[in-house]
Amino acid sequence: MDALDRKLLRDFRRLWAQALVIALVLACGVAILLTTFGMYGALEETRATYYERNRFADIFADARRAPASLLPVIRGIDGVRSAEARVVEAAILDIPGRTATATGRIVSLPRGGAPELNLPVLVAGRLPDPEAADEIAVNAPFAAANGFRPGDRLSANLNGRKRALTITGTLLSPEFIYTIGPGALVPDSAGFGILWMPERAVAAAFDMEGAFNNVTLKLDPSATQADVIDRLDVLLEPYGGFGAQGRDLQQSHAFVDAEMQQLRSTAMVLPPIFFAITAFLVNMVIGRIIALERSEIGLLKAIGYFDAEICIHYLLLAVLIAAVGTGLGWAVGTWLSRALAGLYAEFFDFPFLIYRASFAAYAISGLLAVASAALGALHSALKAARMPPAVAMTPPAPPRYRSSLFDRALAAMRVSQPVLMIFRGLLRWPLRSALSALGMALAVAVLVAAGFFTDALDTIVDKAFYQSNRQDAVLSFTEEVPEAALEAVANLPGVLRVEGQLFHVAVLRNGPHEKRVPLEGRYPGADLSRVVDEAGRRVDAPPGGILLARRLARQLDVRPGEMIEVAFLSGRRETQRLRVSGTIRQYFGLGAYMDAGFLNALNRQAPRISAANVTLDSAALPDFHGALKDIPALSGITMMDDVRGSFQETIRKNVTIMTTIYITIAVLITVGVAYNGARIQLSERARELASLRILGFTRGEVSFVLMGESMLLALIAQPFGWMIGAGIAALMTSGFTSDLYAIPLVLEPAAFARASLIVLVAALVSSLIVRRRLDRLDLVAVMKSRE
Amino acid sequence: MSIRVPRGYSWRMEGRMPERVFRTEGLTKVYDTGGVQVHALAGVDLELFAGELAVLLGPSGSGKSTLLNILGGLDHASDGRVWFRDLELTGLGDRGLTRFRRDHVGFVFQFYNLVASLSARENVQLVTDVSRDPMRPEEALEQVGLAHRMDHFPAEMSGGEQQRVAIARAIAKRPEVLLCDEPTGALDSKTGVQVLDVLREVNERLGTSTVVITHNAAIRKMAHRVVYFQDGRIKRVEVNETRLAPAEISW
Ligand SMILES: Nc1ncnc2c1ncn2[C@@H]1O[C@H](COP(=O)(O)OP(=O)(O)OP(=O)(O)O)[C@@H](O)[C@H]1O
Ligand SMILES: [Mg+2]
Repeated sequence: MDALDRKLLRDFRRLWAQALVIALVLACGVAILLTTFGMYGALEETRATYYERNRFADIFADARRAPASLLPVIRGIDGVRSAEARVVEAAILDIPGRTATATGRIVSLPRGGAPELNLPVLVAGRLPDPEAADEIAVNAPFAAANGFRPGDRLSANLNGRKRALTITGTLLSPEFIYTIGPGALVPDSAGFGILWMPERAVAAAFDMEGAFNNVTLKLDPSATQADVIDRLDVLLEPYGGFGAQGRDLQQSHAFVDAEMQQLRSTAMVLPPIFFAITAFLVNMVIGRIIALERSEIGLLKAIGYFDAEICIHYLLLAVLIAAVGTGLGWAVGTWLSRALAGLYAEFFDFPFLIYRASFAAYAISGLLAVASAALGALHSALKAARMPPAVAMTPPAPPRYRSSLFDRALAAMRVSQPVLMIFRGLLRWPLRSALSALGMALAVAVLVAAGFFTDALDTIVDKAFYQSNRQDAVLSFTEEVPEAALEAVANLPGVLRVEGQLFHVAVLRNGPHEKRVPLEGRYPGADLSRVVDEAGRRVDAPPGGILLARRLARQLDVRPGEMIEVAFLSGRRETQRLRVSGTIRQYFGLGAYMDAGFLNALNRQAPRISAANVTLDSAALPDFHGALKDIPALSGITMMDDVRGSFQETIRKNVTIMTTIYITIAVLITVGVAYNGARIQLSERARELASLRILGFTRGEVSFVLMGESMLLALIAQPFGWMIGAGIAALMTSGFTSDLYAIPLVLEPAAFARASLIVLVAALVSSLIVRRRLDRLDLVAVMKSRE
Repeated sequence: MSIRVPRGYSWRMEGRMPERVFRTEGLTKVYDTGGVQVHALAGVDLELFAGELAVLLGPSGSGKSTLLNILGGLDHASDGRVWFRDLELTGLGDRGLTRFRRDHVGFVFQFYNLVASLSARENVQLVTDVSRDPMRPEEALEQVGLAHRMDHFPAEMSGGEQQRVAIARAIAKRPEVLLCDEPTGALDSKTGVQVLDVLREVNERLGTSTVVITHNAAIRKMAHRVVYFQDGRIKRVEVNETRLAPAEISW
């Protein structure tokens, strides 16, 4: 081995603590990049393959009841490659051994057996016999959660008739990668299932002979989706079409998309922070080494090493650090990917997961790691290479301290010598001090942003569950029913209080903007399901107008007082112009609200309801559920406790993982910056500090100088960290806002305090570790050394 | 002022034309620091010959190191010309000068400049790794009497030993010229003598042209020629008819 390479390895070994700390910061970036990149690729590829193999449809449309004869017409639309008509219905399920009612979605299987589009994958058993009247296949997660095996039975309330059904097999479908039941916020595999049933049986049960209420289309690659949707809407219009949608609005697809979007933004935001901090730390450490090794560099030049060889020598030191960081990052990233894949397996129902230990992800993360470390070292390495050989032979001139206004101010304040040293030290390398503070500020910011997320979710939960939705259960009816049905509900066992709710579907239009939304009719004084404003007050929709969620109003570009066009897709399907009476801030969905009386009047009908909100006597729950399973016309039941519970459960799990990750990140960044900063200060000030010791200063007083500078930087970093963190939080609220939900900007003082505490403690521990070195400093050796 | 060695004079091979290693013509070096111009070298004409051991004497700041740096290709001249044999150094760029140093010159410095993280052997290897026809590092260390300390690190050696490692490192490439800037400056007289002895050995046995800068006038007695410097110029050149062995010199 060349002597120069040996020097490289020995330098690296001597620097191990600093190198390791930097490598850890880098490893964090590599691991996150590898994981997010890898998982993004895995999700994308898995989903694409799944869609391709199982012919996932491009367009989805629901209608009330369209004749089978319409299907050939739909197939004839320009650009449609194939179309499949189905009957899709809702049903209340009675699962043996489960007290609570479950709900199911019934999807018809074509007469031929297997569907042409959205082809399910058979996981176990077989598909139902097309001729059988009581056979179903269910989605595999639902089967797993309820312990169903082929041959097991469950009973379902089909259009008011209770039927015993036999499960012949379990399936997975590209349509249901992510499945959320009506009214739920997160998946609940046990409480909501997909039931595939032969078309003949479904048609018989739901009175849909020779008709369909759902159609899915696959397009030619050259087709224009928007045109096909328009054509389809026109065709379905007479049959109660609810508006066709592309994949982007298909629930399962949209959720997988949202997850991929989040992976991508994580990959874009976090790793660059780590790479930048690595570059800064490497720059600081190599810069110091080169300052210390001036005479050695001069020597290398004198004996005839080329500039490039010297430059590469120092770059290699950075590359070694990068190599360790990359190795660690790859190891952690591989492990993390696996953990994440497991987490995904819980949420996303894929029949397979294509996770190639993507060579590209490893290569790119490794290359970026090496590049960022090398970039950090480049400036110093080039400086070393460019040092004129003769100048390198002479010791460096002592750093120039200038007496500034600041000094005079300090002098006037009669601060002690050590305090003066601290301030001078900070100002001597202003850029370095600023970047160190920035690094720690980023650590604070990461924690503030993470803490904000938790607080924001708490706010959402409070608002959604304790202020807006105070009912214990929501009973949905298959069709609108007369208001009198509320009396029947009130008579159910355990029901304490009941209130009706009316839902319509409408397309809201304002100029070029349009949006299909559920429109809620509210009965005045309804108190179980409420619309609540920011101050927590109940807001009623005044008769004659329409109240919009603020995000919806923004999407439609309307302001209170302006008129919008409301095209009803339900009821009489008429189009009205209504005044926007106000906007309201909401976190879930895009809500539109009207006074129920006004809504009924518009539709020229007697008071009707489509759902009933109830509060329950918890002691009577089993009786309540027992009675529900026999109620005809009931299409679904949402137990708010379950919704709340599984939402909070999911959130808690995610928040715990996230908090752990972000604290790790923040601590690594802080330690990386504070430890290396203190080590370099110690190296630069060894003589100065040793002189103080020799002059009779105590260890404590001397380490005050060393630690004072680190801690002062950490303190300065705090307000900046708070500001950056608040900025990130604001970005997150706008970035994460979608049609599905919005995140409020909640900044609690406690989140700032927690962030600061963690960072300050990490900084303190780092400088205490360096302090131990200072205590062990060999005074004689330091004073003898030439610099 | 031009100082020329009398024609026909040679210290090794009487009666033959001395071979010139270095030649300078009107060599000037001006440092410009903050508007103040310092003429470190103010027109130096000098010739150095193969196999010669020359001592450069002169007060502090007289330009000795500056001259040595330019001869060794560590620095560029402001004006004038320098040749190493037929190679004009003043016409070379940084890369050319590096090649020149790598192939022809050995340096010894006042503060040894050993690489702290490398053992004695590895410090020498630093040079042998990049030269065309080097000795083995062990051989070079034997030459300076340090065969038994090869695996010691600089911190484990005395100043004199470190300087001998530096000399071993300088001679390991079998350079044509050895340039030493105050090689005994940091040493006591006894160790200084040992180091000078090694330099004389190398000069005599390997025939390496050697230039030694010193503040110690006593050392001039071991030289073939003594060049006196003052204010960036050569004041005079003395030729020693009889030389003393370092051991006979005391200070
Ligand atoms: N890099 C530099 N920048 C500015 N001036 C310099 C520089 N190097 C040397 N000088 C000046 O050039 C002059 C000659 O310096 P040089 O180092 O050659 O003297 P020297 O004879 O070697 O002195 P000493 O015996 O003290 O080593 C001095 O006045 C010195 O201040
Ligand atoms: Mg000098």
